[in-house]
Amino acid sequence: MAAFRFSRTALDVAALRAELADPACGGYAAFEGWVRDHNEGERVRHLEYEAFQALAVREGERILAEARQRFGVAHALCAHRVGDLSIGELAVWVGVSAAHRDEAFRACRYIIDEVKHRVPIWKKEHYVSGDSGWVNCERCAAPGAEDGAHAHGR
Amino acid sequence: MAPSATCCAAESTISPKALTVQYYALLREQAGRREEALTTSAPTPRELYAELAARYPFTLTPEVLRVAINGEFGEWSTPLAAGDAVVFIPPVAGG
Repeated sequence: MAAFRFSRTALDVAALRAELADPACGGYAAFEGWVRDHNEGERVRHLEYEAFQALAVREGERILAEARQRFGVAHALCAHRVGDLSIGELAVWVGVSAAHRDEAFRACRYIIDEVKHRVPIWKKEHYVSGDSGWVNCERCAAPGAEDGAHAHGR
Repeated sequence: MAPSATCCAAESTISPKALTVQYYALLREQAGRREEALTTSAPTPRELYAELAARYPFTLTPEVLRVAINGEFGEWSTPLAAGDAVVFIPPVAGG
Protein backbone atom coordinates (compact mmCIF):
# COMPACT_ATOMS: atom_id res chain seq x y z
CA MET A 1 0.00 0.00 0.00
CA ALA A 2 1.14 3.53 -0.69
CA ALA A 3 2.78 5.37 2.20
CA PHE A 4 0.34 8.24 1.59
CA ARG A 5 -3.24 7.00 1.52
CA PHE A 6 -6.88 7.92 1.88
CA SER A 7 -9.62 6.19 3.81
CA ARG A 8 -13.39 6.57 3.81
CA THR A 9 -13.57 4.76 7.16
CA ALA A 10 -12.00 5.32 10.60
CA LEU A 11 -8.20 5.12 10.66
CA ASP A 12 -6.70 2.17 12.54
CA VAL A 13 -3.84 3.84 14.41
CA ALA A 14 -2.49 0.63 15.92
CA ALA A 15 -2.18 -0.92 12.46
CA LEU A 16 -0.57 2.22 11.00
CA ARG A 17 1.89 2.43 13.87
CA ALA A 18 2.79 -1.25 13.45
CA GLU A 19 3.84 -0.56 9.86
CA LEU A 20 6.63 1.69 11.18
CA ALA A 21 8.16 -0.91 13.47
CA ASP A 22 11.87 -1.44 12.78
CA PRO A 23 14.61 -2.90 15.02
CA ALA A 24 16.94 -0.11 13.83
CA CYS A 25 14.57 2.59 15.10
CA GLY A 26 14.62 3.95 18.63
CA GLY A 27 12.25 6.86 18.07
CA TYR A 28 8.67 7.10 16.88
CA ALA A 29 6.66 10.31 16.55
CA ALA A 30 3.09 10.71 15.37
CA PHE A 31 0.68 13.56 14.79
CA GLU A 32 -3.09 13.23 14.90
CA GLY A 33 -5.35 15.93 13.48
CA TRP A 34 -8.85 15.83 15.01
CA VAL A 35 -12.09 17.43 13.96
CA ARG A 36 -12.59 20.54 16.14
CA ASP A 37 -15.97 21.99 17.14
CA HIS A 38 -15.10 25.56 16.16
CA ASN A 39 -13.19 27.58 13.59
CA GLU A 40 -12.74 31.33 13.26
CA GLY A 41 -15.62 32.15 15.57
CA GLU A 42 -18.07 29.65 14.08
CA ARG A 43 -19.42 26.59 15.88
CA VAL A 44 -18.74 23.57 13.67
CA ARG A 45 -21.24 20.69 13.55
CA HIS A 46 -19.35 18.35 11.21
CA LEU A 47 -16.79 18.33 8.40
CA GLU A 48 -16.62 17.00 4.89
CA TYR A 49 -13.27 16.19 3.23
CA GLU A 50 -12.80 15.80 -0.50
CA ALA A 51 -9.59 14.99 -2.40
CA PHE A 52 -8.28 14.85 -5.94
CA GLN A 53 -6.88 11.47 -5.02
CA ALA A 54 -4.66 10.68 -8.01
CA LEU A 55 -2.65 13.89 -7.63
CA ALA A 56 -2.97 13.95 -3.83
CA VAL A 57 -1.32 10.55 -3.47
CA ARG A 58 1.42 11.59 -5.88
CA GLU A 59 2.14 14.85 -4.03
CA GLY A 60 1.79 13.13 -0.64
CA GLU A 61 4.35 10.49 -1.63
CA ARG A 62 6.72 13.27 -2.71
CA ILE A 63 6.38 14.92 0.71
CA LEU A 64 7.07 11.63 2.52
CA ALA A 65 10.13 11.01 0.32
CA GLU A 66 11.39 14.54 1.07
CA ALA A 67 10.98 13.90 4.79
CA ARG A 68 12.92 10.63 4.61
CA GLN A 69 15.70 12.30 2.66
CA ARG A 70 15.93 15.60 4.58
CA PHE A 71 15.74 14.17 8.07
CA GLY A 72 17.14 10.71 7.46
CA VAL A 73 14.14 8.96 9.01
CA ALA A 74 13.62 5.27 8.28
CA HIS A 75 9.86 5.20 7.68
CA ALA A 76 7.13 7.77 7.17
CA LEU A 77 3.40 7.29 6.65
CA CYS A 78 0.40 9.55 6.29
CA ALA A 79 -3.28 8.59 6.21
CA HIS A 80 -6.09 11.08 5.56
CA ARG A 81 -9.83 10.67 5.81
CA VAL A 82 -12.27 11.66 3.08
CA GLY A 83 -16.05 11.93 3.39
CA ASP A 84 -18.14 13.10 6.35
CA LEU A 85 -16.48 13.36 9.76
CA SER A 86 -17.92 14.13 13.18
CA ILE A 87 -16.43 16.28 15.94
CA GLY A 88 -13.55 14.49 17.65
CA GLU A 89 -12.84 12.09 14.80
CA LEU A 90 -9.30 11.51 13.58
CA ALA A 91 -8.98 13.32 10.23
CA VAL A 92 -5.29 12.87 9.50
CA TRP A 93 -2.50 10.75 10.95
CA VAL A 94 1.24 11.13 10.35
CA GLY A 95 3.75 8.68 11.76
CA VAL A 96 7.53 8.50 11.50
CA SER A 97 10.13 6.11 12.87
CA ALA A 98 13.83 6.89 13.03
CA ALA A 99 17.03 5.94 14.81
CA HIS A 100 16.61 8.91 17.18
CA ARG A 101 13.77 11.13 18.38
CA ASP A 102 14.95 14.46 17.04
CA GLU A 103 14.65 13.56 13.37
CA ALA A 104 11.35 11.77 14.06
CA PHE A 105 9.79 14.90 15.60
CA ARG A 106 11.12 17.18 12.86
CA ALA A 107 10.04 14.92 10.01
CA CYS A 108 6.58 14.55 11.50
CA ARG A 109 6.17 18.33 11.73
CA TYR A 110 7.48 18.80 8.19
CA ILE A 111 5.04 16.27 6.76
CA ILE A 112 1.87 17.67 8.33
CA ASP A 113 2.84 21.26 7.41
CA GLU A 114 3.55 20.36 3.78
CA VAL A 115 0.43 18.22 3.47
CA LYS A 116 -1.72 21.14 4.59
CA HIS A 117 -0.16 23.46 2.01
CA ARG A 118 0.43 21.25 -1.02
CA VAL A 119 -1.90 18.28 -1.21
CA PRO A 120 -5.21 18.77 -3.08
CA ILE A 121 -7.58 18.05 -0.20
CA TRP A 122 -10.51 20.30 0.65
CA LYS A 123 -12.48 20.71 3.85
CA LYS A 124 -16.05 21.91 4.05
CA GLU A 125 -17.28 23.04 7.43
CA HIS A 126 -20.94 22.64 8.31
CA TYR A 127 -21.85 25.06 11.08
CA VAL A 128 -24.32 24.83 13.95
CA SER A 129 -25.96 27.93 12.41
CA GLY A 130 -26.91 25.86 9.36
CA ASP A 131 -24.42 27.68 7.15
CA SER A 132 -21.44 25.97 5.54
CA GLY A 133 -18.22 26.89 3.79
CA TRP A 134 -15.10 25.53 2.09
CA VAL A 135 -12.10 26.43 4.24
CA ASN A 136 -9.70 28.90 2.53
CA CYS A 137 -12.09 29.27 -0.42
CA GLU A 138 -14.94 31.47 0.72
CA ARG A 139 -12.89 34.42 1.97
CA CYS A 140 -10.62 34.58 -1.02
CA ALA A 141 -13.55 34.39 -3.41
CA ALA A 142 -14.09 37.64 -5.26
CA PRO A 143 -17.67 38.84 -4.70
CA GLY A 144 -17.52 40.73 -7.98
CA ALA A 145 -15.19 41.56 -10.83
CA GLU A 146 -14.30 44.83 -9.08
CA ASP A 147 -12.50 42.89 -6.35
CA GLY A 148 -9.48 42.34 -8.58
CA ALA A 149 -7.01 43.71 -6.04
CA HIS A 150 -7.62 40.75 -3.75
CA ALA A 151 -4.98 38.28 -4.81
CA HIS A 152 -3.39 35.41 -2.91
CA GLY A 153 0.20 34.70 -3.88
CA ARG A 154 1.69 31.21 -3.63
CA MET B 1 7.92 31.80 -18.56
CA ALA B 2 7.45 35.05 -20.49
CA PRO B 3 4.05 35.62 -22.06
CA SER B 4 4.33 34.90 -25.76
CA ALA B 5 2.23 36.13 -28.65
CA THR B 6 -0.52 33.71 -29.63
CA CYS B 7 0.33 34.31 -33.28
CA CYS B 8 3.29 32.00 -32.86
CA ALA B 9 1.55 29.15 -31.12
CA ALA B 10 1.43 25.88 -33.02
CA GLU B 11 -1.72 25.39 -35.07
CA SER B 12 -2.69 22.32 -33.07
CA THR B 13 -2.85 24.29 -29.84
CA ILE B 14 -5.39 26.83 -31.05
CA SER B 15 -7.70 24.64 -33.14
CA PRO B 16 -10.77 23.18 -31.35
CA LYS B 17 -9.99 20.09 -29.31
CA ALA B 18 -11.87 17.70 -27.06
CA LEU B 19 -10.90 17.79 -23.38
CA THR B 20 -12.26 16.70 -20.05
CA VAL B 21 -12.47 18.95 -17.01
CA GLN B 22 -12.95 17.66 -13.47
CA TYR B 23 -14.27 19.83 -10.67
CA TYR B 24 -13.63 19.56 -6.96
CA ALA B 25 -14.93 21.22 -3.82
CA LEU B 26 -16.27 24.77 -4.33
CA LEU B 27 -15.78 24.59 -8.11
CA ARG B 28 -17.72 21.30 -8.23
CA GLU B 29 -20.62 22.90 -6.41
CA GLN B 30 -20.57 26.04 -8.55
CA ALA B 31 -20.30 24.07 -11.82
CA GLY B 32 -23.00 21.67 -10.61
CA ARG B 33 -21.00 18.68 -11.86
CA ARG B 34 -17.93 16.58 -11.13
CA GLU B 35 -16.72 16.25 -14.68
CA GLU B 36 -17.51 17.22 -18.23
CA ALA B 37 -16.26 16.61 -21.72
CA LEU B 38 -16.04 19.70 -23.88
CA THR B 39 -14.62 21.05 -27.08
CA THR B 40 -12.64 24.24 -26.79
CA SER B 41 -10.34 26.50 -28.74
CA ALA B 42 -8.65 27.70 -25.55
CA PRO B 43 -4.89 27.43 -26.16
CA THR B 44 -3.98 27.18 -22.46
CA PRO B 45 -5.69 26.57 -19.09
CA ARG B 46 -5.89 30.35 -18.60
CA GLU B 47 -8.29 30.85 -21.51
CA LEU B 48 -10.13 27.64 -20.63
CA TYR B 49 -10.82 28.88 -17.10
CA ALA B 50 -12.03 32.22 -18.44
CA GLU B 51 -14.36 30.33 -20.81
CA LEU B 52 -15.76 28.22 -17.95
CA ALA B 53 -16.03 31.19 -15.61
CA ALA B 54 -18.29 32.85 -18.20
CA ARG B 55 -20.57 29.81 -18.08
CA TYR B 56 -20.60 29.04 -14.34
CA PRO B 57 -20.88 31.33 -11.29
CA PHE B 58 -17.26 30.78 -10.24
CA THR B 59 -16.11 33.08 -7.43
CA LEU B 60 -12.47 31.96 -7.34
CA THR B 61 -10.05 33.97 -9.42
CA PRO B 62 -7.13 32.32 -11.28
CA GLU B 63 -4.72 33.92 -8.79
CA VAL B 64 -5.88 31.57 -6.02
CA LEU B 65 -6.14 28.43 -8.18
CA ARG B 66 -3.58 25.94 -9.39
CA VAL B 67 -3.85 23.81 -12.51
CA ALA B 68 -3.37 20.09 -13.04
CA ILE B 69 -3.12 18.45 -16.45
CA ASN B 70 -3.33 14.68 -16.78
CA GLY B 71 -2.90 14.09 -13.05
CA GLU B 72 0.13 16.31 -12.51
CA PHE B 73 0.56 19.97 -11.58
CA GLY B 74 0.83 22.17 -14.66
CA GLU B 75 1.21 25.80 -15.58
CA TRP B 76 -1.46 28.27 -16.65
CA SER B 77 0.55 28.75 -19.84
CA THR B 78 0.96 25.05 -20.72
CA PRO B 79 -0.46 24.44 -24.23
CA LEU B 80 -3.58 22.25 -24.09
CA ALA B 81 -3.78 19.18 -26.31
CA ALA B 82 -6.69 17.00 -27.42
CA GLY B 83 -7.57 14.41 -24.79
CA ASP B 84 -6.10 16.35 -21.86
CA ALA B 85 -7.76 15.97 -18.47
CA VAL B 86 -7.72 19.37 -16.78
CA VAL B 87 -8.40 20.16 -13.13
CA PHE B 88 -8.53 23.62 -11.57
CA ILE B 89 -7.42 23.28 -7.95
CA PRO B 90 -9.04 25.56 -5.37
CA PRO B 91 -7.04 26.63 -2.28
CA VAL B 92 -6.34 23.42 -0.37
CA ALA B 93 -7.22 22.73 3.28
CA GLY B 94 -6.10 19.26 4.26
CA GLY B 95 -5.25 18.21 7.80
